[in-house]
Parts: sequence; C-alpha cells; structure tokens
Amino acid sequence: MQEAQVQAELAQNLTEDKKKQARAYWIRVAAAIGLLVVIAILVNIASKGSFLEPRNIINVLRQITYGCILAVGETFVIITAGIDLSVGSLVSLSGVVMAMFANAMGFGGVPLIIATLLVGLALGAAAGFVNAVPVVKLNLPSFITTLAMMLIAEGLSFKLSHGRPIPLNSPDFQSTGIGFFLGPLFTSLHLPGLPNPVIWMLVIVVGCSILLMRTRFGRYVFALGGNEEAARLAGVNVARAKTLVYVISGMCAAVAGFLLMALFSSGSPQTGTGDEMLEAIAAVVVGGTSLMGGRGTIVGTFFGALLIGMLYNVMNLIGIESYTQKIVLGAVILLAVVIDELRKRYLRKA
Amino acid sequence: METPGTPLLQMRDIGKSFPGVRALDGVTLDLYAGEVLALVGENGAGKSTLMKILAGAQPADSGDIVIDGQTAAITSPRKAEQLGIGMIYQEFNLVRSLNAVDNIVLGYEPVRGLFIDERAARERATNVFAELGITLPLNVETAQLSVAQQQMIEIAKVLSRHARIIVMDEPSAALTDREIDRLFEIIRTLKAKGAGIIYISHRLEELPRIADRITVMRDGRVIETRAIGDFPPDDIVRAMVGRRLDSHFPDLPAVAADAPVMLSVRNLTNAPMVNGVSFEVRRGEIVGLAGLVGAGRTEIVRAIAGADIATAGEVDIEGNVLRARNPRDGISAGIAFITEDRKAQGLVLGMSVRENITLAHLGQFVDRDLLINRAKEEDVSEQYIQELRIRTPSPEQTVSNLSGGNQQKVVLAKWLLGKAKVFLFDEPTRGIDIGAKAEIYNLMVKLAQGGAAIVMVSSELPEVLGMSHRILVIRGGRIVRELSRAQATPDVVIAAATGAAA
Repeated sequence: MQEAQVQAELAQNLTEDKKKQARAYWIRVAAAIGLLVVIAILVNIASKGSFLEPRNIINVLRQITYGCILAVGETFVIITAGIDLSVGSLVSLSGVVMAMFANAMGFGGVPLIIATLLVGLALGAAAGFVNAVPVVKLNLPSFITTLAMMLIAEGLSFKLSHGRPIPLNSPDFQSTGIGFFLGPLFTSLHLPGLPNPVIWMLVIVVGCSILLMRTRFGRYVFALGGNEEAARLAGVNVARAKTLVYVISGMCAAVAGFLLMALFSSGSPQTGTGDEMLEAIAAVVVGGTSLMGGRGTIVGTFFGALLIGMLYNVMNLIGIESYTQKIVLGAVILLAVVIDELRKRYLRKA
Repeated sequence: METPGTPLLQMRDIGKSFPGVRALDGVTLDLYAGEVLALVGENGAGKSTLMKILAGAQPADSGDIVIDGQTAAITSPRKAEQLGIGMIYQEFNLVRSLNAVDNIVLGYEPVRGLFIDERAARERATNVFAELGITLPLNVETAQLSVAQQQMIEIAKVLSRHARIIVMDEPSAALTDREIDRLFEIIRTLKAKGAGIIYISHRLEELPRIADRITVMRDGRVIETRAIGDFPPDDIVRAMVGRRLDSHFPDLPAVAADAPVMLSVRNLTNAPMVNGVSFEVRRGEIVGLAGLVGAGRTEIVRAIAGADIATAGEVDIEGNVLRARNPRDGISAGIAFITEDRKAQGLVLGMSVRENITLAHLGQFVDRDLLINRAKEEDVSEQYIQELRIRTPSPEQTVSNLSGGNQQKVVLAKWLLGKAKVFLFDEPTRGIDIGAKAEIYNLMVKLAQGGAAIVMVSSELPEVLGMSHRILVIRGGRIVRELSRAQATPDVVIAAATGAAA
C-alpha cells in the first residue's frame, strides 16, 4: 500500500509540475514580448514616431541580417564552450573568392548563383574544419586556432583581391542582394515587402534552431558543452560533434559573405574586418547563451541581434553620433549580461 | 612512548551533519607534541570530514578544538594556518606552474618595497629544506617534479609556516618503497622538532614503522585508540569493520549451474594501473572487485568499457571479441559503465533529468524525420522516474538540483535504457543515503535475475561482501585473491587488499 501511495504521489507531482512548467514558460514568453513592446513604444516616442514606421522596422531587420547569421553560427560554437574569432574575416574571404569564381564562369542565372554559393559554403566549411582539428585532436583552445584563422583569412582576402573590391560581372545576383520577397504581391497591397536577405536570415534562424533544439546533433552540442567527459562516456562522438560546430560557423560566415557580395555587387576584402565578429559574439551573449558552455538558444541570439540593431537604429534616428553610439552599446551589453546573471541567481535561490 | 602534560591538540566532542548523514558523532581525540597518531578507518568513516574541520575548510556543528590548552576558533583555512595547523592533502595544494621556492612562500612572500625579495624567498626555502635534510631543484616547475618531490615541497611549505600540527592524508599512497623510507625519515625529523603528526593511511602494514598510537574511526565515531604496540593488525581490522547490520542487502539469487559466460577478460593490461587481469563473469552473476583506493579497480573497468584503451589483453562479450577504442564501442557491444564520479563523469549537470536519461541512447528517440521525439522522451523518462522512484518534481528538472541518491538513479536510468548485457558499476552507492542504497541493491539483483552479468567495484567492505557472488581482491593492478561468497570475510579481504599477512 505504501508502495502504491508513493507511486501515486510521484505521478501527481509529475502532472502538477508539467502544468507549472507550461505556465512558467508562457509567462516568460509573454514577459519577453511585453518588454520588447514597451521598449518599442518608448523608443517610438523618443524618435517622434519614426521608429515604428514599417519602413524603419524593415530597415532594422535588413541591417541585422548579416551579423545575425554570423551570430547563429557562433551560437553553436559558444554552447560547446568554444569561440570562433574567424567569422568576420571569413565573410571577406568568402565574398572575394565567390566573386572571383562567379566572374570566371561562363554561365549565368540561377545555376551561377547556386554554384557560387556552393563554392562559398565549401570554403566556409573547410575553414571551420581547419579551425576544429587542433581543438578536437590536441585540445588546443579555440581562441587561438580561430585567431590564427582570422589573420590567415583576412590576409588571404586582401592578397587575392589586391586590396580592392572585385565587382561582379553578372547582374544576376542583384535580386538576391537587394530584391524583395514576393515584391509585386506586397506592392499591390501597398505594403513594403521583406528584403530577400531578411528571408534568408529568418530561414537560417528557424533551420538552425530546429537543428540545435530538436536533433541528436543539437543535443550532443549541449551535452559536450555541459560536460564533455560525461558525454564521451555516454557514447557521444565528441570529435564529430565538435568539428561540425566549427564547420557550421564557417558556413554561416560564408552565407553572410554571399549575401553581402550580392548586396554590393562585389566581393570586398573589407566587409568583415570591422566589428562584425565582436558584435556577433555580443548578440550571442546578450541573447542568453553562456560563454561557459552548455546553455543557449538560437532564438535568443536572434533577439540579441535584434536588440543591438534596434539600439543602433534608434540612436541614429534621434541623432546620436557614432562615437557615443559605441559607448552606449558597450554599456547596454554589460547591463544585459549583469541583469541576466542576477536573474539566474535570484531563480536559483527561490 | 609517554604522553605527558597538556596535549598539543584536543578535539572535543566534534559533531557534523550533512543532509541525511551524520558524518561525525561526538569525536574526541588528542595529539601530543612529538608523536605520530595514525588515523585509520574505512571510506566514509569520517576521517576526511574531521580533518577538514581541523583545517578550517568546513565548520563543525558542535564541539571544541583546543590547542595548547586554549580553545581555538578555526574559522578559515588561513586561521588554521596561523594556529600552526598544516595540511598535506593527497592531491597536494601546489601551483603546478610555479617552482618550489614560489610555492613555499606563496601568500607570504617576503617583499622589498613593491617587489618580491627573491633572495629572501630562496633563503627561506633553502633553510626549510636544510632543516628537513632534503635537496630539491629550486628552479624547476613543480609539475615536472616527481610525486615524492612535490610532497616534500608541501611538507616544506607547511613547515615554513611554522606548523606544529601536521596532517598527512595518505602520504605514502603514490610513493615507491624507497620514497616511503625517505618520507618516514622526514617525519621523524618533524617529530624531533616537537611537531605532532596525524597520519591517515589505509596501509596497515606500514603503521608499526611510523606511528606511535592508532585511532580507529567508524561511522563517524572514534572506536578505539591504542598505542601501536598494543594494537595487533587483527584488532585494528576488527575495529574498522565492526559488527554491522547487513540486513539492508537483498538475497542474491543463485547463479545457475549452467549459466553461460557473458564477460570474459583475458590478460587485460594497461600499465601501470592494470597488469594482466583475467576473469570471467557468468550470466546472472555479480562479481565484486575489492581493494584499496588506487589499487587499479577503476582502471580495470574503464579498460573493459573502452573509456581507456587497453595496451594488451582481450575482452569477450558473449564470446564475441570486443576491441573498444572508445566508450561508443563498449556501448554497442552491450556494456553499461556506471562511473564512480557521477558529477564529473556520469551526468551533464546543467541538463534536465530527461536529457540525461536519454543521452546515451538518443537513437531510440529519433523519428524518421531525424528529429528527436520529445513526447516519447518524456514518456520514457517518466516511466523510469516512477520505476526507480527518482525524487524529482518533473523530467524537466535540472539534475544539479537533485540529491546524490537521486542523481545516481538518473545515471542508472540512463544505462537501463540500453538493455545492456554487462553492467560495470564503479562505486555505485558512494555518497548516497541508506534508503537509496537499498533501492540500488535491489535493482542490481533485478538486473542479475534478468540475465545480466555484473561487475561491481566498491570500497565499502560490507557492500562487496553483501552484494557479490564472488570477490576478486585487487592490489597493484592485479588480482591477488579470488574468494567465493562463503570464504569472504572482512578480515580476509582487508588482509589481501592491504598486503598484510593473514
């Protein structure tokens, strides 16, 4: 009888907790959305109504696209407690290489677009593989291997292009870079359409989120970030999962390079040499992914990138000059991670 | 030896509880200047906890510590150091990238203005070495020195801080015979200087050479203290083991006379810890591996499971040769390896109960669309939560929030899921409460009844005796004794494990 009682109690606990969990989840979602709405309204007031104009919102999305794609790849790496410093330079290198490839081909149209993208992806994957091998085989810190790759890729992209942008001969990339998704349809409805690169970003965010949250590979990424030895002893192919993570990051960088090349109609060695990599890491961290590994989400990264993008946008709208913008951005990142840590500590105590 | 006057150290009626465990129950011991007091007892007897309290690493719940007749408040490790207490832990407290001199003065560096006075530091180190009568390379990174040399640095370090009460935790465990001789000489030097030494050891055979008195602890109490001359090894063993209730062990089902061999290990070698080990385990049989910490038991099961790669030897599972290059190979051959350190090796602490349970066999939960079927995961996890009575509010609870016993059950659930044929349990009940222990024992019996072959490494003697059909005693990476259930008594096992004649 006592046995049965214990079992019943446990079963009861389980169902009750399920309800509690579900409730907690929706409260969190509602809070996040509510917070964003409040911020948006405040910002809208500050910018005298120009922030919430559809055109401006689409502008924000367009601006965050490239950084967000980098950040999505970076999220995988950071969840394994690694870091990828090479993503910015890989944007430049893949852009230059893809432009050279496209110009050398004798055909055009969709086949050219696809072939060029594949070349870029292969390059990104190869660079990611090279990043991963010393990390996986020799347990070297990824900080160093990807730092080396950052320098190599940057130098290579300048060398190949002689320091100048390589203009694309073919006009076929324009619709990918600056076109709109279902443009005529939206125009006929008197709505501004979504730029194609934004669609690319959304597809990547959703696709990678599913990859991370719903597949075996994704689960292994969390497991090896949380406790690599336990994962190994549980039969996880740690070497393969770890390698894939850097390959994905490199491929994301290549996609960003492809879209930027299409946007400017040229492959430039200077596209990724600024703050792109640092801002991608910032977006990941602001989005709640732990640099210690084992924890994080792609959706969080998207919102992290969105928050940073909104911040820049608003500061532009209300006329804050670019030096001050950096100071504010730095302060906001610091504040975001401090608040997140305090929240976690509070939850742990409660 | 005589023990005149006020003791150097008195620990009076020390009590300490952890959730669910009474670790120390009114422990009293005295230490006199110039003596070596050996502290012995099985794992979990409370020696470490007592020493942690002395070192200021943990506060006692009750009791007093009196030094030189004066009550001392040991509130921190630093305070303990100032009171003249020096701890030499088994795993050392050295900064491996610093040299001997830097380690010795660490935290108490002599300075000249803004800078460390290198000459004074070196002088201090060489003085202590001279006092101890030892020579060591001064400019070499500690990491490059031998274990014995590192130990000497530790001793020099506590001495340079004027320690008079020196605790050594298993100091001889990793030393060669010659190094042990050297260690004993140093200990005699320390004695001559008037220090009192608490010497923790599992090696009973070496105690007559160094100890003056022996204190035996068991179950958080001091059982007996006697001068070494009046304490024959048999009595020590008896005091350590005691008469204990072993009623919480379930009855083991008999192994069928014609039960086939499931696991066969031949000449398994992975030097220096595993040196030619051969044994067989039959269907439904539980074989216990007994021995001291560091005897090589863990390394044997690790090599079988593929967690380490054996350099020689053969492992067969149901007659099929298994060459495990990694744990994956072991798992696909039907081995479940339940590691000794669940936090470091068994669990991903930041993940949920569900994610931990399914981690080793995620393939079972992947649908045709390549996505993990989360509903199925939840169902199976809940089933195991109920079956093993894992006390968790839900499968989504983070495992770091569970108690030790429940964490261990999560580890077990993870391996039950795989329907393995051979289970390797390494210290399956370490650090968990009695109730959970009993449940784990029942589970092992159930597995044996279901036709599994089980190997269990355990440092708890009653557990080995109560839960094994057969016991293999391991010392120095070899099987030194094989005992049937009927032959196995505490004295025989301890004697074989420690190398004492019995």
